Amino acid sequence: MKVFEKIFKFNGGIQAKTKKNISTTSPIKQFGLPSKIILPLRQHIGKLAKLKVSVGDHVLKGQLIAEADGNVSAAIHAPTSGKVLSIEKQLIPHPSGLPDFCVEIEPDGKDKWVQIKPTNWKKIDLEKVNKLLLSSGIVGLGGAAFPTHLKLNHGKAENSLKTLIINAAECEPYITCDDMLMREKTNELILGIKLVHEILGVEESVIGIEDNKTVAINLLTKAIENEKNIFLKIVPTIYPSGDAKRLIYLLKGIKIPKSQRSSDYGIQMFNVATIVAIYRFLEFGEPSISRIVTITGNLRSPRNYEVLLGTPLEEIIDDAGGQVVKNNTFIMGGPMMGFKLPSINVPVTKAMNCIISSEPDMVEEKKPVLPCIRCARCAEACPVQLQPQELFWFSKSKQLEKAEEYNLFDCIECGCCSYVCPSNIPLVQYYRFAKSEIIEERQEQEQANIARERNEFRILRLEREKQERAERNALRRAQSSNEDKTKLIEEKRKAIADALKRIEAGGEEQ
Amino acid sequence: MFTSILIVIFLAALIGIILGISSIKFKVEGDPIIDKIDSILPQTQCGQCGFPGCKPYATAIANGAADINQCPPGGDEGIHKLADLLGVEYKPLNAEHGEPKPKSVAVIDEKTCIGCTLCIQACPVDAILGSAKHMHTIIEKECTGCELCLPPCPVDCIDMAPIEENAENWKWKYPVYKIDKSPERRVS
Repeated sequence: MKVFEKIFKFNGGIQAKTKKNISTTSPIKQFGLPSKIILPLRQHIGKLAKLKVSVGDHVLKGQLIAEADGNVSAAIHAPTSGKVLSIEKQLIPHPSGLPDFCVEIEPDGKDKWVQIKPTNWKKIDLEKVNKLLLSSGIVGLGGAAFPTHLKLNHGKAENSLKTLIINAAECEPYITCDDMLMREKTNELILGIKLVHEILGVEESVIGIEDNKTVAINLLTKAIENEKNIFLKIVPTIYPSGDAKRLIYLLKGIKIPKSQRSSDYGIQMFNVATIVAIYRFLEFGEPSISRIVTITGNLRSPRNYEVLLGTPLEEIIDDAGGQVVKNNTFIMGGPMMGFKLPSINVPVTKAMNCIISSEPDMVEEKKPVLPCIRCARCAEACPVQLQPQELFWFSKSKQLEKAEEYNLFDCIECGCCSYVCPSNIPLVQYYRFAKSEIIEERQEQEQANIARERNEFRILRLEREKQERAERNALRRAQSSNEDKTKLIEEKRKAIADALKRIEAGGEEQ
Repeated sequence: MFTSILIVIFLAALIGIILGISSIKFKVEGDPIIDKIDSILPQTQCGQCGFPGCKPYATAIANGAADINQCPPGGDEGIHKLADLLGVEYKPLNAEHGEPKPKSVAVIDEKTCIGCTLCIQACPVDAILGSAKHMHTIIEKECTGCELCLPPCPVDCIDMAPIEENAENWKWKYPVYKIDKSPERRVS
């Protein structure tokens, strides 16, 4: 086992107060059964899950509530047994503050499991594991909520996966859910790493962890003492070392170019919580129904909770003793990349790794925004080596094409630029605005293209129909002029001839 | 004198041949400017511009038969883009052709629908599904919101529903904040 090896340092980044010890003094608390469960159907990146239950149904713990719609989607399971109360739009933890489709379940208190069975993962191939994972509802639990089954593949055939990286950096201030998981579920994590290691068939597994998590580092070092292919690499505490491409560079010295994936370079990365979720699913058959959430900041007893998905956040905040200074402002995610929750009346979702009750200085100290002085400190801090001041200028003046030219979409929205800005300009907000504006424009263009195609096809179809009708008419006319008409004329002639004969005959009689 | 004339004639012939061959070899099908204009137009196929669709309008613009400010769904932004492309002055939208409206989709009240197929015949993008004496419905995803199905409906069972903001189509807003004047920092 090697512990210390060369670490490659990335450009920029910031060293902020980590404030992690607020929530690491008490162990993870099992929250237990809430009074109600609200399960949003949108908890992951991709398509909304397809509903499989109706109002009034009785569901068991772990039962499928909604299945993945297509490949880029994730299933949703009942976190406890109970009755489906309603399926309607409710407030979800989303920066928009808009309601979305949710399934509300009233727990019956029995917490009775549906029949679950472990997978004999050693015997089946990756494709089958992938299919199973599609039904597990597991998504990246680091906060991005990207469906996990999409990441479990061999990569391109010519350069198959060689390295599994376990992201244990947890670089944002305040968040400690991964740290606490590593401390309390060390064994499960190691078993999980071995499992994923074997499934992917990689040569080595590297755990990347920031040097401020000393307890977890000690525990993990002990746990992997006898492991030949699992390594622990300690990286300095510089935000954003937990960003996938930054961590890959820190650990392996490989820079993944724009629009390429780490799997193209034989590397795949999972968050520690995701690894444990995969382990619990394949080893015991447990789908994704709970997660660890850091509840921290301005609270009486901040700590980490293991909660069922769909638990109302309000009940957890109450359990944590409520706010010390009441300001009713809560941030989901970290202070750098998180967003203000529209209300506390939202459920816990798969993406909810941390809730920060705003500390007074975070709310009150709204520093006035000053004009940009072109000091370029943002450029020094940018870990992606972009030109934030230029991007700001283009986004502000809505020169979206220009912004894209300056690699706007490489921005990881880490917030380092906003953090160091002496003029307090909310730079990331401008980038987010510009990005969603460009994305919408692209979607509109795509829709317009489809409409054009459909219109052109319709014109073609009408033309074809017209031609076909003309042909049919012509044919009918042609046929009637040849056969029918001659027949008709012959019949008439015959009739006349008959009549003449009758007259002749009659004349003789007379 | 004679040689120089010969050289010029030779050169002219050579260049003529090259141009002739390349005009056959690199022949551009259709009029590229029409396609460029057409790609800017929103493809609602609504006919508010006075032409039976976006392509005919694009053709009319290219031929100078129509102005660039006749497309309400394209809005101000579309006019700016057309002006940029064609190198002409920007003009505000001609109100004769209608006002820009929020993006909508048609919705058929399926209880009232009598199944007359008139709307199906009117839809420029085949976004209505149904057959004679059977209920019709709109394929929401394909509807461009052109409103062409409204007038032919004999029972007035089609409504335009504006597309509301939801968690899926929501986008980040332009940051709004006050710039601090900082009077104490101003040099007097």
